[in-house]
Amino acid sequence: MYQWDFGILWSYRWLFLNGLGVTVGFTVVIVLLGLVFGLFGAFGSLSRFKPVRLLALSFIEAFRCTPILVQLIWFYYALPILAGIEMTPITASALALSLYGGSFYSEIIRGGIISIDKGQSEAGAALGMTPGQSMRRIVLPQAIKRMIPALMNQSIIQFKNTSLVSVLAVPDLVYQSQVAAHDSYRPLETYTAVALAYAAILIPLTIIVRRGEKRLAVSE
Amino acid sequence: MSETSKIEIRSLRKSFGSNEVLKNINLDVAKGGVVALIGPSGSGKSTLLRCINLLVVPDGGSVRVGDTRFAFGDGTKLPDVKTLAKFRATTGMVFQHFNLFPHMTALQNVMEGPVTVRRMARAAAEKLARAQLAKVGLAEKADQYPATLSGGQKQRVAIARALAMEPDVMLFDEATSALDPELVGEVLNVMQRLASEGMTMVIVTHEIAFAREVADRLIFMRDGVVVEEGPARQVIDNPREAATRAFLSHFHRTGALPPANAAS
Repeated sequence: MYQWDFGILWSYRWLFLNGLGVTVGFTVVIVLLGLVFGLFGAFGSLSRFKPVRLLALSFIEAFRCTPILVQLIWFYYALPILAGIEMTPITASALALSLYGGSFYSEIIRGGIISIDKGQSEAGAALGMTPGQSMRRIVLPQAIKRMIPALMNQSIIQFKNTSLVSVLAVPDLVYQSQVAAHDSYRPLETYTAVALAYAAILIPLTIIVRRGEKRLAVSE
Repeated sequence: MSETSKIEIRSLRKSFGSNEVLKNINLDVAKGGVVALIGPSGSGKSTLLRCINLLVVPDGGSVRVGDTRFAFGDGTKLPDVKTLAKFRATTGMVFQHFNLFPHMTALQNVMEGPVTVRRMARAAAEKLARAQLAKVGLAEKADQYPATLSGGQKQRVAIARALAMEPDVMLFDEATSALDPELVGEVLNVMQRLASEGMTMVIVTHEIAFAREVADRLIFMRDGVVVEEGPARQVIDNPREAATRAFLSHFHRTGALPPANAAS
């Protein structure tokens, strides 16, 4: 029977905290940047102009239908060779994760917008609104309400996806725990603690999301 | 007629794919006139109504409302979004399913056009909106959201919302078809009052008795063409065409309007 000894991890606490800080900070960056890409993707895919639509859809499908781990490696190792663009591991992984998340956000935002009854934008148009005015005043306020739970869910997934940046030696929680595991010869305790740390942050968040979903369901 | 007419439609054509829904339609509505469009579903009457404010863009022919005229077909350029928006601001439309904005109160719904489209100051827009809500008998519902209103109340708010833009003409697209029978009267009453005040109106409706009472002209459409038109009472009481007679035989044509539900 394996003898658990979590006490040994205490001496690595600053390493873990450092890693956790990088993970959380990284998540904030890729969620915000991902939302920006998502907005461009969503409005691009709804554009009246076919070339814009095609461009947006290619972006969405390219990032949605390839594994994020492959994208990370490709951004860091292939881009410098193919395009001569040198990036630090942090920039490469922030970009890859934001674009990956952005492709999913695009679909959520697009879905939210087209879920609003066509009669709503027709009523806006009949009042004399331009398409932009009816989008801002009528469609988006209703659509955003519907998107929020799905956007929150996708952001939770993004938080977990940051664990992959350790393959590019970005010092996040997983990378630091690899260091600790090698140093202490206690991988079981280390990775159990890491799993618990992710869960400790995400479980309260999922509860908040679920509450929000319920509240939105009532107000619909 | 063309000098005094408020709405003039010439040789209007529209197809959806291979389905030709409007075939060479001509229509004039005098200033202050009330025209009822009737016909079986799929006859093209709603599409025709939507062509008047260009929610549906015709394939050919021309549409004029007031002094603004648009021509469609080969060699003509589609109007840009700004021109379209400006044009639509002068025509009010009421929809079968109300299409109220659910995230706004009744008052905010009515204020939305004046504030967003006409850039009216909020205070002035609120005064206007409250007056319009009072006109449809819903002053005390101003702060309620659409979800808490009955169908008849929703449609009256929708009429107030359209009227707040002070339109030249009002278009009604089966405004009472989605209502419970006991709520139809309160909406028809508001429409009748509007007609008696001299509003130019085009009404797509299945309320034949109402059309007979309120409309001065009636147009019967089938399969994308105008089959018969004339003074409303004459067409309803003595239809010339067999198709009109067949269609009208499904309805009670005379009798009082449904009573207005005074308790709103």
